[in-house]
Amino acid sequence: MKYSYFPGCTLKNKAVDLDHYARICAEALGFTLEEISEWQCCGGVYPLGSDEIATKLASVRALNDAKEHGQDLVTVCSACHHVIKRVNDDMKNVDDIRTRANNYMKLDEPYEGETNVLHYLEVLRDRVGFDELKKKVTNPLKGRKIGAYYGCLLLRPGKLMAFDDPENPTIMEDFIRALGAEPVIYPYRNECCGGYISLKEEDMSKEMCRKIEESAAGFGADMLITACPLCMYNLNKNNGDNLPVYYFTEILAEALGLKEEVDEQ
Amino acid sequence: MKTEQKRAEMIKEISGVNPLKCMKCGKCSASCPSYNEMDIKPHQFVSYVINEDIESLVKSKSLWKCLSCFACVERCPRDVKPGKLIDAARQIVVRERGQNYLLADEIPELIDPDTPQQLLVSALRRYRR
Amino acid sequence: MQRIGVFVCHCGSNIAATVDVKKVAEMALHEPGVVHAEDYQYMCSEAGQELIHKAIKEKHLTGLVVCSCSPRMHETTFRNAAERAGLNPYMVEIANIREHCSWIHKDIEEATEKAVILMRAAVAKVNLNAPLQPGESRVTKRALVIGGGIAGIQTALDIAEAGYPVDIVEKTPSIGGRMSQLDKTFPTLDCSSCILTPKMGEVNAHPLINIYTYSEVESVSGFVGDFTVEIRKKARSVDMNKCTGCGVCQEKCPSKKTPSEFNRGLNTRSAIYTPFAQAVPNVPVIDRDACIKFKTGKCGICSKVCQAGAIDYDQIDEIVTEKYGAIVVATGFDMIKLDKYDEYAYSQSKDVITSLELERIMNAAGPTGGHLERLSDGKDPKEIVFIQCVGSRCADDRGKSYCSKICCMYTAKHAMLIRDKYPDTNVTVFYIDVRTPGKNFDEFYRRAVEDYGVNYIKGQVGKVIPQPDGKLLVQGADLIDNKQILKEADMVVLAAAIEPNPDVRKIATMLTASIDTNNFLTEAHAKLRPVESPTAGIFLSGVCQGPKDIPETVSQAGAAAVKAIGLLAKDKLLTNPCTAHSDELMCNGCSQCANVCPYGAITYEDKEVNDHGIRETRRIAVVNDALCQGCGACTVTCPSGAMDLQGFSNRQILAEVDAICL
Repeated sequence: MKYSYFPGCTLKNKAVDLDHYARICAEALGFTLEEISEWQCCGGVYPLGSDEIATKLASVRALNDAKEHGQDLVTVCSACHHVIKRVNDDMKNVDDIRTRANNYMKLDEPYEGETNVLHYLEVLRDRVGFDELKKKVTNPLKGRKIGAYYGCLLLRPGKLMAFDDPENPTIMEDFIRALGAEPVIYPYRNECCGGYISLKEEDMSKEMCRKIEESAAGFGADMLITACPLCMYNLNKNNGDNLPVYYFTEILAEALGLKEEVDEQ
Repeated sequence: MKTEQKRAEMIKEISGVNPLKCMKCGKCSASCPSYNEMDIKPHQFVSYVINEDIESLVKSKSLWKCLSCFACVERCPRDVKPGKLIDAARQIVVRERGQNYLLADEIPELIDPDTPQQLLVSALRRYRR
Repeated sequence: MQRIGVFVCHCGSNIAATVDVKKVAEMALHEPGVVHAEDYQYMCSEAGQELIHKAIKEKHLTGLVVCSCSPRMHETTFRNAAERAGLNPYMVEIANIREHCSWIHKDIEEATEKAVILMRAAVAKVNLNAPLQPGESRVTKRALVIGGGIAGIQTALDIAEAGYPVDIVEKTPSIGGRMSQLDKTFPTLDCSSCILTPKMGEVNAHPLINIYTYSEVESVSGFVGDFTVEIRKKARSVDMNKCTGCGVCQEKCPSKKTPSEFNRGLNTRSAIYTPFAQAVPNVPVIDRDACIKFKTGKCGICSKVCQAGAIDYDQIDEIVTEKYGAIVVATGFDMIKLDKYDEYAYSQSKDVITSLELERIMNAAGPTGGHLERLSDGKDPKEIVFIQCVGSRCADDRGKSYCSKICCMYTAKHAMLIRDKYPDTNVTVFYIDVRTPGKNFDEFYRRAVEDYGVNYIKGQVGKVIPQPDGKLLVQGADLIDNKQILKEADMVVLAAAIEPNPDVRKIATMLTASIDTNNFLTEAHAKLRPVESPTAGIFLSGVCQGPKDIPETVSQAGAAAVKAIGLLAKDKLLTNPCTAHSDELMCNGCSQCANVCPYGAITYEDKEVNDHGIRETRRIAVVNDALCQGCGACTVTCPSGAMDLQGFSNRQILAEVDAICL
């Protein structure tokens, strides 16, 4: 199975691990991530103004590219996923945005939200299946207590993202279970890490990350996983190494026995 | 139409929010992780728009403290979603005055070797035209 | 040619403020057949009806058009007025220039133009009206009450006291309903069981009341005064005549792991069970999904220990068919599921509970023997937080749009009872509004604040955050002090919205009773006919019609009973003459009309017809006038145009359309 893949800016630079592990594991699990040629940065945040068009075009280009290849579009970074999924919803359901975006794009055939946008975790859950994944685990992460950190971008707005229950998600916990580890459920897993605000309001972000990590540790987690480079950055920066934070793809690679292979590269 | 009225209309249009649906339950303010940093609280955004006092909103430091984490958007029982109003007010500031909360010159001082690209991209999108 | 009078009502300013009523009357005089037109302030009043009476007599009118409110409001009023003046009531037509016109338009010119058009259509129809004669149908002097909660119990008792037999059909093994789950009741704090169980006993003992518990309505046919209902008596696996209610079977039953419905899943029950000790009837049922005997074939302990020999594993469902003149729906409510409100951690912490669960915990017969304790560790809670409006008053698709009405009062009750019994325990209530309209209600709430020191905070809670030590951190807003509050609590109680019992949709469909988007049954008129369904012979009792507390439910139950009694007291009913009939020369017997008829009123007969001199036997649709409700589904379905509805003939409707369009 082949998917169009949108890595996003950070996965090409500060979060290359997130990307590498994702690709190698995909191959081991029987699917291929084909990087979209000449993709452009999604912008990092979804433009909330209903009258903003230009800031949505990068996503539309990626979506249309996937459509032309007849493939679903897969993302790994939470932010890219959030932005592209929401722009896709606009292209499908908001007449005005669709018309104006297509006026800009001048495509041979207008793009109308046809592409299916999937997060890598959704591919694991809905296409590979966690039961299948479990079978392919060669190095189960036994004894590890892992807190899933969802953050905001994957879950909210719940109706649009349709990723999981925004207040009580289970997908990452099921993922952790499939890898042989024990998920730790803690209430701050869907609270914000501070996001982009950490650039100018470091203290705010620090306080938020403290709450997240204290809560996770309090419930017995000895590590956190995330899908978002910005969450990773904020949590690490404000954490003082008490609770290590990993990309979910890294522990996936580890459980599949592929970590060393990637690390050697 | 008076300026304030026009700007209130613009906020409603950009955000797609009807502030009259608010029942003043305060669940937005109860959910907001930035609450203590805000001078105008999330639930008050609604009445400022209803009362067409946009000048106070655009001067509010709350615009720059909102995380766009959508906790208020997700939990609002009345479909008012104050986060969208805040974002619209922020855009009015940026559009009207070209007033950028983040200047290119200050970026080198704010970053460290681990700063992900995503952070800069997001911050620039949120803070500047 | 008809001689038609047109009467234009001002409805005070309801119509006259938006429609130029004088102009409508004036324009009417230009319509074919119209010989008289006038306007008046309140046409429905005694004086207005007198004008109609006088005009009929003086102008020898043969038909009337009244331009007024909806026919649902006053069609009967005007038809009766016409009849008193010697006119056939079916010669009266209503042009609805209020709901369909003045109330929805602002511009006088536009509204007047539309009112004229509506009047013109009605006149066109009356020109083709013919006098109709209603038939008669009999009334079965027995009532059915669906639902055995306090609403159904009260309705049944009132009807039976008037001397008419009543059957109650209750889905669960016992009557009693939600009220039997409550501990105390506001605003007087009487013990719920103490006031309910005597009524349950009374119902059980009443010679005119027959109770079918563990039973459901299977089908309903017929019409007002003459319903035929099939009732499924689910196999109880216990012989009701033999069982003495000793309870030994429940004690000895080895399968004890089924969550108790009565205790809201807070503890478990045996597979053979009565929901609670005071159950009526005091005869258990075997839950076959939980019973080891039914699952594996082995066990049979209940049968061995039953000295009365009442256990009957071979019992099967039984269908009882009974006739009724009136049916009262009293299907009640449940709390909404809270799976869409996980920010309150209901599924994550045992110490986050609903108010109804709290009722069970506070109840002496409940899972904790009436001792208020945390379900996670059995400890006494020292800080309790109540969250109001969970799923009520919502504009999103997570909750209900309406106010559940009872939560403000029962929360004040809970808060007060806790503070009274456990003075060391602090109680905080997060509220949006405190709504206490009702006799002695606001005083009750103020007592909670002033005499019992309950801390009311205006603001909603955003999130309940379970802590590693088992406490619950409540993050809420205080909108008066403009603060975000983080309050540590031992227990959180959610006032979850109430919703009509989900089964009511199925029942409403069987009864052809209308239901709103929230699954509440619709009343015939919100103010003037609040306990009647628009479907004749169907009455509404309790929360199935809208949120209400016990005093209101009991009042409404009595009102529904009175309406049912009023119907049962009649020996004959006049039937609606606006029924369908088929033209036997045009009918080709295709069966399409019978397929769409919701009342089963159409059958087929082989009939000899004379088609332009050719005699032959044809299969022809025949309508049973007694069953036909005049809905018109058959007339629009009939491919050959053979079906026609009296009073709403194809010709009449086309004449109306022509009057509007041409």
